[in-house]
Amino acid sequence: MSEHQGTWWIWKVFWILLIITGVEVVLGIIKPEILLVQFLGTSILNFIFIVLTLVKAAYIVQIFMHVKYEKKALRYALYLPTLILIPYLLFILLSEGSYLFS
Amino acid sequence: MASTADTSKEEHHWGGGSRPLGARYGKLMMWFFLLSDALTFSGFLTAYGLMRFKYENTWPIAENVFTHFPGLEGDQPLLYVALMTFILIMSSVTMVLAVNAGEKMNRKAVTNWMLLTIIGGFIFVGSQAWEWYHFISGDTGAVESNRQEIVHVYNEDGERLSFSQVIHGMEEGHASNHGESFAKEDVLFALKQNNALYLQEPGKAGKMYSHEESVALLDKGDVVQGANMIRNEYGRKQFANFFFFITGFHGFHVFSGVMINFVIFYNILLGTYEKRGHYRMIEKVGLYWHFVDLVWVFVFTFFYLV
Repeated sequence: MSEHQGTWWIWKVFWILLIITGVEVVLGIIKPEILLVQFLGTSILNFIFIVLTLVKAAYIVQIFMHVKYEKKALRYALYLPTLILIPYLLFILLSEGSYLFS
Repeated sequence: MASTADTSKEEHHWGGGSRPLGARYGKLMMWFFLLSDALTFSGFLTAYGLMRFKYENTWPIAENVFTHFPGLEGDQPLLYVALMTFILIMSSVTMVLAVNAGEKMNRKAVTNWMLLTIIGGFIFVGSQAWEWYHFISGDTGAVESNRQEIVHVYNEDGERLSFSQVIHGMEEGHASNHGESFAKEDVLFALKQNNALYLQEPGKAGKMYSHEESVALLDKGDVVQGANMIRNEYGRKQFANFFFFITGFHGFHVFSGVMINFVIFYNILLGTYEKRGHYRMIEKVGLYWHFVDLVWVFVFTFFYLV
């Protein structure tokens, strides 16, 4: 973090998080017709929500938790378990969950 | 060759001589804890997703459940939870500012930003208590059939009615029951009187019952107001259970975060870190605090938006 001067970079992330949350809330209240089209089992709107959430999560982890400025080894030690295990858990539930209907 | 001691620095890997991760012990341990906690929360959220997928058609729609805002009447979907999100993001920002000030050894700034972070945390926990209170005390009331299905009362215009409106009439009654409890007999009597009223399941494809079926359903069933672990007026029992469990577990994290932040704040006031020569403790609790914010970002999306 030492390469940063002042606190502008903190407020920049604050505004990004605030604007993304604002967009999510507005979309959640309006729910535009065109975004309710079904795609891969859910609406496009839900995909937009998930992508925006992941963007917010990336900013929090990378900047606020300053993982971006850690050593490569530590970055991998943190990212690999989460990015392998959580998608795996989702995959298992999505594929095995279909048995709930049979 | 067993006892040849080599003192060159490269050989001391197991004694901590080299630093492959470039992070101090305390920070690493905090990260390992957060990693396991992240997996715990993803377990909860995927389990929630699975149950929601199973009861896809009758799962309550969050914006029909969380509609209150302090001081405002009527439907205010998402507004309150958006405010809560803003409060948590804001307190995350004050925490980064505290860590930043700590690196510069600016004691006064650390004190102020830490205090603001604690206040933000308290406001968030209080907001959650307020939301729980409204969730538990209930809104419109519902009918539970003898097969444990939850159904709501609607009028001929497809408007959802509260028990208050069913019994006192549309003009006299409130859109929300406002803590008034209603007996099954009174609701049944009012339902029989008005042929336009019918019952319908919640969710995007909930089953609709005719007036006659509705009367029979309530006759054999019961009325439900509010929410607990056994039944709730919003819909599936699992909906309330997951709400209590996930937001409760997160709220407990926020609460313990506030407590830890307070201990750190007290130590800042005592000058402990000034004596120690560094404010690295702030960085460690900061990581925990941001993690709490991170989890909320996901809870917000999967519980309230999707």
